[in-house]
Amino acid sequence: MFGYYLILILLLGTGTLINRNTSIRILLLIVFLATQTAISIYGYLHLNTTELGGNFGYDSLGVLFLVVLTVLSYTTIFHSYVYLQHRKDSSIQQSMYFSALIILIGAMTSVYLASTIGIMWVVIEVTTLSVAVLIYHERTHLSLEATWKYVFICSIGITFAFVGIVFLSKALQEEGSVNLSFTDIPGHLQNVNIFWLKLAFIFMLVGFSTKMGLFPMHTTTVDAHTVAPPPISAFISTTLMNVGFVAIFRTYSLMAHTSILPWMNQILLWCGFLSIFVSTVYILRVNHLKRMFAYSSLEHMGLTAIGLASGGIGYFAAILHMVLHSFVKASVFYQIDQVHRVFNTYIIQKTGSYFKKNLTGALVMLLVFVSITAMPPSGMFVSEFLIFRSLFESHKILVFVLILLLLTMIMWALGKNIFSMLFLPPGEPDDHIVKINPWESSTQFILLTAAIYLGLNPPSAFVQLINDAIMLLPK
Amino acid sequence: MINVLLITFLITLFYVAIANRLLTYVKVLAFQGVLLFAVVFIQLSEINTLNLILILMETIFFKSIAVPVFLAYILKRNKITREAEPYLPNFMSLIIVTLICVITIVLVNSIKDNQLDKIFFVVALSALFTGLYFIISRRKIITHVMGYLIIENGVFVLSLALGSEMTMLVNIGIMLDIFVSVLVLGIFANRIGDTFEAMSVDNLANLKD
Repeated sequence: MFGYYLILILLLGTGTLINRNTSIRILLLIVFLATQTAISIYGYLHLNTTELGGNFGYDSLGVLFLVVLTVLSYTTIFHSYVYLQHRKDSSIQQSMYFSALIILIGAMTSVYLASTIGIMWVVIEVTTLSVAVLIYHERTHLSLEATWKYVFICSIGITFAFVGIVFLSKALQEEGSVNLSFTDIPGHLQNVNIFWLKLAFIFMLVGFSTKMGLFPMHTTTVDAHTVAPPPISAFISTTLMNVGFVAIFRTYSLMAHTSILPWMNQILLWCGFLSIFVSTVYILRVNHLKRMFAYSSLEHMGLTAIGLASGGIGYFAAILHMVLHSFVKASVFYQIDQVHRVFNTYIIQKTGSYFKKNLTGALVMLLVFVSITAMPPSGMFVSEFLIFRSLFESHKILVFVLILLLLTMIMWALGKNIFSMLFLPPGEPDDHIVKINPWESSTQFILLTAAIYLGLNPPSAFVQLINDAIMLLPK
Repeated sequence: MINVLLITFLITLFYVAIANRLLTYVKVLAFQGVLLFAVVFIQLSEINTLNLILILMETIFFKSIAVPVFLAYILKRNKITREAEPYLPNFMSLIIVTLICVITIVLVNSIKDNQLDKIFFVVALSALFTGLYFIISRRKIITHVMGYLIIENGVFVLSLALGSEMTMLVNIGIMLDIFVSVLVLGIFANRIGDTFEAMSVDNLANLKD
C-alpha cells in the first residue's frame, strides 16, 4: 500500500508541475487529498505492521502525526489556494507551488512512517529540498537570502545527523548487529561503548534540531518563517517541526534504556531551557508579526524538549503538546495571511484597529492569544500543566521557577503586540478597505476548537495512540 | 597503500588552505574524488558488479566529474573573480588547518578502542572541521558550497572508517540527496549571482531583528 502511495505522490507531483489548467489542477489536488486521507486511515487500521521490506511501518507515533498532517493538508491547500488567488500568480508559479507542496507532504508522511534510521535520514533531506522551493515562492531578495540559509544550514545539519548515524552503527557493529531499524536497535545497545552512543546522540540532536527549530539551530527556521508564504509558514511551524520532533524522539527512545539516559536528559533540558530563554529575549523586541510567532514556536519546542527531559508524565505531555501546538500555530499563520491582506504589511506598529477592519479575523486572533499563551480553556494549558508537573516530580524546581518567569514575559510581549494590533488605531491612518470573506476563517475556528477539545476531553483512541508511542520508554 | 592515499587526502586539505584561485578548489575536489575511489576499491573485500557500479557512480562520476564540472560552469557563468577572498591571510589558514589536524590526532589517540582504524578517523574528522572552517572563513557563496563538499568527503571517509554497512537503498538515497542538494545550492547560488552584483555573503545580512 505504501509503495502505491509513493508512486501516486510522484505522479501527482509531476502532473501538477506539467499541468497549466486551473480545473485540472484542482482535480489533481482533490485526488491528492483523497490519497493522503486513505493512507492515514489505512495506517490507523493497520497499526504495528511494516511494509516495503520493513523500511516503512505504521507505528503509533507515526500514525498520530500522520493524521495531524492530513488534517493540516486540507487547510493548507485551501489557504494556499486563497493566497495564490489574491497574489494573482502566474499559472507556472502556481504549478510549481502545488507540486512542491505535494512532494513536501509526501516526504513528511514518509518521515513519520520510516522505520529504519537510514530511510528516515534520506526523506528528511527531501523535505528540506522541497520546502526550499516553497520558501522561495515570493522571489524577493529577502526570500532568496532566507532560502539559501535554510537549505545550506539544513544540509549541514543533516550531514551532522548522518555522522551521528555512522557512530551509532559503529556502536552496534561491536555488538555484531548491522540492522538499523528502530525496533531492533534498542536490544543491541545494552553493552555497547558509551562513548560512541554519546557522540551519536549529540550529533543527531544537533542535526535534527535544524528541522525542529531548537536552540542552537533555530535561526534559519525563524528566517524561513519570515519570508515564506503564510500557509507554508504554517507548515514549517507545525508539521515540519513535528518531523524534527519525531526524529529526535525516536533517537531518544532508542537510547533511553542505556546508562546515558540521565546525560541525555541533561542535554535536552539545557536545549529546551536555552530555547525558551532565546525566544523570550527576541520576542520582547520583535516588531515583525511572523517573526514573533516564529519565536513563539521556538518557545513551545523548548517546552517540549523539557517535557522529554523530565520523563514520567512529561513524555505524554510532550507529544500532546506537539499535536495541540500544530493545530493552534497553523491557524495563527492562516490568519496572518488575512492580516497581511488587510494591512499590506507584517510590521506590528503599522497595524491597528483590526476589530473594525475584519471582525472574524480579530476574533480568531483573540482566541489564538488565549490558546498560544496556554490560558484555560486552551488545550495547551493541559499539556503545559503536565510538563510543569513532570518538572516538579523530577525535582527541577529552579528550572521550573525560571521557566515560569520567562513564560510570563513572553505572555506579556505577545499580549502587548496582539492587543495593540486589535484595538489601538494604526500608526498612520489609511482609508483603503479590504473585504475579507468571513468564511475563510472557518478553518481556523475548527482547528482552534479541535485543540481545545483534544486538550480538555481527549478521545480514548487519541490517548491510546500517545500511550502506545511512549510505551517503551522508562517509567 | 591506503595510508598513503589517506595522507594524500589530508595534504589536499592543506593545499586548499593556501590555494588562491577558485578553480584550484574545484580541481582539488575532483582529485579527492579519485582518491576516495582508490581507497574504497582497495578496501573492498569482495567485488560484486553492482557494488562496484555504485561506488564508481558515487566517487568517480559524482565527486570527480559531475560536481566539479557544475561548479566550473557556475564560476564561468557568473563571472566570479578568480580569487577566493578569504577573511584571513593564507598563512593563518595554514596554521589553523594544522591546528585542526593536531587536535584531531590528540583527540583520536585518547579514544580507548582497539578496533579503531585511527588514520581513517583522523582524516575524516580533520576534513569535517576543515570544511566548517572554510565555510566560516571565506566570503564567496560558492566557496561555502565547496566547504560543504569537503565536509561530505570527510563523512564519506568516516563511514569507511567505521565500516558502516548501509543497505543498498539507503546508499542510493544518500547519493541522490547529496547530488540534488548540490544542484539546488548551485541553482540558488546562480540566482544570488543574478540578483546581486557579487556572490558574497555580505549581501545576505538583511534578515535580522
